[in-house]
Amino acid sequence: MEYTDDIGVLKNIANDLRVDIVKCLTKSGSGHPGGSLSAIDMLTALYFSRMRHDVNNSGGDKYDRFVLSKGHAAPALYAVLARCGYFEKSCLDTLRQVDSILSGHPYAPSTPGVEVSTGSLGQGLSMANGMALASKLDNLDRTVFCMLGDGEIQEGQVWEAAMTSAHYKLDNVIAFLDNNGLQIDGPVKDIMNIEPIGDKWRSFGWEVFEIDGHDIGAILTAIDKARKVTGKPSMIWAHTVKGKGVSFMENKVSFHGVTPTEIELETALADLAGE
Amino acid sequence: MAELTLNTIEKKSLRDEYGSLIAELGDTHKDIVVLDSDLSCSTKTAKFAKRHPERFFNMGIAEADMISTAAGLASAGKKPYASTFAVFATGRAWDQIRQSVCLSKLNVKIVSTHGGITVGEDGPSHQAMEDVALMRVMPNMTVIVPADANETRAVITESLKTPGPMYIRLTREKFPLIHGEDCGFKLGKSRVVRDGGDIAILACGYMVYKSLQAANLLAEEGISCRVINMSSIKPIDEEAILRAATECKALVTAEEHSILGGLGSAVTEVVCENNPTPVVRVGMDPVFGKSGKSEILLEKFGMNTTAIVKAVHRSLSLKR
Repeated sequence: MEYTDDIGVLKNIANDLRVDIVKCLTKSGSGHPGGSLSAIDMLTALYFSRMRHDVNNSGGDKYDRFVLSKGHAAPALYAVLARCGYFEKSCLDTLRQVDSILSGHPYAPSTPGVEVSTGSLGQGLSMANGMALASKLDNLDRTVFCMLGDGEIQEGQVWEAAMTSAHYKLDNVIAFLDNNGLQIDGPVKDIMNIEPIGDKWRSFGWEVFEIDGHDIGAILTAIDKARKVTGKPSMIWAHTVKGKGVSFMENKVSFHGVTPTEIELETALADLAGE
Repeated sequence: MAELTLNTIEKKSLRDEYGSLIAELGDTHKDIVVLDSDLSCSTKTAKFAKRHPERFFNMGIAEADMISTAAGLASAGKKPYASTFAVFATGRAWDQIRQSVCLSKLNVKIVSTHGGITVGEDGPSHQAMEDVALMRVMPNMTVIVPADANETRAVITESLKTPGPMYIRLTREKFPLIHGEDCGFKLGKSRVVRDGGDIAILACGYMVYKSLQAANLLAEEGISCRVINMSSIKPIDEEAILRAATECKALVTAEEHSILGGLGSAVTEVVCENNPTPVVRVGMDPVFGKSGKSEILLEKFGMNTTAIVKAVHRSLSLKR
């Protein structure tokens, strides 16, 4: 597996994965490009640099865990898992098809490397807490990473879970908030305002690290700092751009849950090739 | 069992039995963890909390978080038992049970207490009359409604050996002990607790006792009732249902639950597709209950011995 601290290499991996994401979504004809592209730099930093994991021992005691609470960003996770070798890259071409191992949203029973099923928003942080509690009971040196969407934190259960992480002093929980500012019906601030985001998490007893979610160096630094926090959970509050990297998708609500056409794919690939 | 002195039979609490047993099992099974949402004194998980504080997680009044957290614990190798009142466990956390637990077929046991209308004075907000239906439709979910404290012990013991999601419905009230200590509970199997050939009453929970009472009364009229404890609602004992349908040719179901979606529905589904036989369901109409003493409520809403006797007569009248 390609582990590296080289930011340039990680950037290239993220770019390759963006290509995989738009390609497999174009092929599937349905799915969520916007939130996959906003999350991919963080996933890249995790799976190719900071998260301890093993394709032959998925979920094993010695390894960290990742919960994609914003399950609709499954294509980003699948692209990462394929590149890591959890399954053949060709599987990406079967995304959302009936016999595929890649369901529309993460479905643990069918996909290697996926520990829990998500997709109904708001439940992932609770599940991450459960894993973290188990790890503490077993004295395991395991970090449980969890990625939340910004619209997702409108779900009340997220705040129940936020209390639980702090109450049980789960310093082995590190969450990411993919704050791209848009949800399917429009701007988050117009649909149901979630601000002030940092104050909310801090007041719930979390350490908060505010970063640019597309700055790989900043992501790595935030993860390292969060790992050093003791006695409380950490939230990496990442400002991101929905559809990041594809010109016509960036900051467009319409690309939350609509896939590119074949013609649009060509533009997307040109964007990602730096043309 | 038939001629037992039903009125002097010992009563014992199902939830007390659960609380004591899970605390006891925790001694030898270090992978058991227990979660509760601020009702541990009522669900009796407080006994586990006292004995194994490091493996007990009070989640506060947050049932949704409790169930998903239990899922996370299970995915990391623990055997979580999550408890609260039936109405909250299955109502407030239905989606968490579906998405976090059942979708991944995680080893989460949901042991609810205060199921049914015998919750009594707390009134309709707290009377779970739909919980069995809600859990029965869920893929990967096993559903058990024990009849007494001895069966509760057997079911909890069995649950520890059975991987996957399970819903076990207990009650607030103490119920008469109709089973001995070795009650012979097996997943997917029913037990004939009184044999008879004119009609079969298929019951679960407290209604097994009520059905035995009804059978005694009916015997005086010369009607021979078979009473079957159908505690394993899902998987259900199709073989026993069809045997009863073939041999008795008339059935009654009895449950402390809505007549929609519970045991009555499960039995009806089996006979309709295999051997159409009259089934008269004793249970609650789909209405909300009232505050009151449990026995008065059972009478008011048609889940007592009289209601079962009436249902037997009706089913016999439909017999071909």
